Amino acid sequence: METTDLIFRIVLIVVIFAISLVVAMYSTYAERKVAAFFQDRIGPNRAGPWGILQPLADGGKMFLKEEIIPTNATGFLFIVGPSLAILTACIGSAVIPWGSAIAIGGHTFDLQVTDINVGVLYIFGVVSLGVYGIMIGGWASNNKYSLLGAIRAASQNISYEISMGLSIIALLMLTGTLSLKEIAEQQHGFAWNVWRQPLGFILFLVCAFAETNRSPFDLPECETELVGGYHTEYSSMKLGFYLFAEYINMFISSAVMATLYWGGYNYPFMDNFAAWAGPNPAAIFGVVVLFGKIFFSIFFFMWVRWTIPRFRYDQLMDLGWKILIPLAIANIVLTGVISTLLK
Amino acid sequence: MSTFYFIAFLSIFFSILVISAKNPVHSILYLILTFFTFTIHYILLNAQFLAIVNFIVYMGAILVLFLYTLMLINLNKESEPVKPFMVKVAGVFGGGILAVAVASSLKLIGASNPVLLQNPDLGLVKNLGKVLFNEFLLPFEVSSVLLLSAMVGAVLLATKEKEPKAA
Repeated sequence: METTDLIFRIVLIVVIFAISLVVAMYSTYAERKVAAFFQDRIGPNRAGPWGILQPLADGGKMFLKEEIIPTNATGFLFIVGPSLAILTACIGSAVIPWGSAIAIGGHTFDLQVTDINVGVLYIFGVVSLGVYGIMIGGWASNNKYSLLGAIRAASQNISYEISMGLSIIALLMLTGTLSLKEIAEQQHGFAWNVWRQPLGFILFLVCAFAETNRSPFDLPECETELVGGYHTEYSSMKLGFYLFAEYINMFISSAVMATLYWGGYNYPFMDNFAAWAGPNPAAIFGVVVLFGKIFFSIFFFMWVRWTIPRFRYDQLMDLGWKILIPLAIANIVLTGVISTLLK
Repeated sequence: MSTFYFIAFLSIFFSILVISAKNPVHSILYLILTFFTFTIHYILLNAQFLAIVNFIVYMGAILVLFLYTLMLINLNKESEPVKPFMVKVAGVFGGGILAVAVASSLKLIGASNPVLLQNPDLGLVKNLGKVLFNEFLLPFEVSSVLLLSAMVGAVLLATKEKEPKAA
């Protein structure tokens, strides 16, 4: 690997981390504004114009609050829990192609940290690892409500991982590759995968809601039954990490959904635009398009949260095991039959 | 090579911690770390698919279930079963046999020639898929049907039976 390439990658990693953190930070603000809009309120409007400094104030509050570790908690694991949650949330971004290659001074750089040829499975692995942060934190708190929240999170994640994997299999049958970069390139222009896999996308979307513990699947932190769920005993920035990890997860899963199903950085008439404006502006516009898709998807997450009430626990399991899995298997069979007939 | 020795050391270190940890939940957490080092071993062998599957299936699913069960049954000193004398004797005997086997295998160190793979990319998804779907198609399909039927069976068991009409 050349030095320039290495430097570019390091810069890219730092930039992507910074962007994920800023997006997560402003998602908290957006969530409150969206909630206010849906409930016909104004929302945060005190810190700065339209309240846009609110996330900074919240962050400062989180850092400065008293740090409490319960006497009977398992000290080390109590700290490992939130650290693991935020770590697994952050590392998912490594394989997402943020744009097509740009050329600077004779070098072409891919806007992707690394293109491993099992990219989809890597995302899947990181997602399945995410549950450990919640489980370890919930267990180490030594509190029955936390433990129940952690156990709910574990069973929910495992149940929905299965249908998520099955819904991706149908997509992989069409793309024939596990590399996210190649999947993004195949959807050039307007040939987005969602047109070919509508059912698969809906299944993936539902599972993404469940995996990020977003409402209506936020049973691990169901406050009417479990006080605060797995983070009942947490305070200060350790609580902040848990909340933050949820928003980063939302950002990453939106990016994955945009890449897998909504064409990633591709947009209609991109060849015409590239011919008119040159390759570099076209690539940068592709990044903007990708972020537009991601932001709409995040808005959709919030839209659902403030519209649909929470599931009951048995309904959650019924939906996962008796509806999503059979539908996902049917989707695989249908995809197989149709793609064989059309060949 | 030094990476291999470092990771191998970590594997053995964490596996010893698995059996020496007092708390069963800590044991499972060390087991997770052990499996993570196995994943790194697979990557060092250029078996990317195996590495990521080990990561997803063992670390991401099976050990989550282990942890789940252990958290629920809440093992501690008071509820720990005291093993009978004969079991202890059997354990010591079995461990001794294993030690003899390991010691005798030490004699063979350096005796085997390193195996050179003809195709170093054998572990990549594409090549693995070609082997599985050409040479081992029948066993592969049979085992996948077996797994699928196990899952369908579990779902079927979970569905409520229709209550018989009251006479």
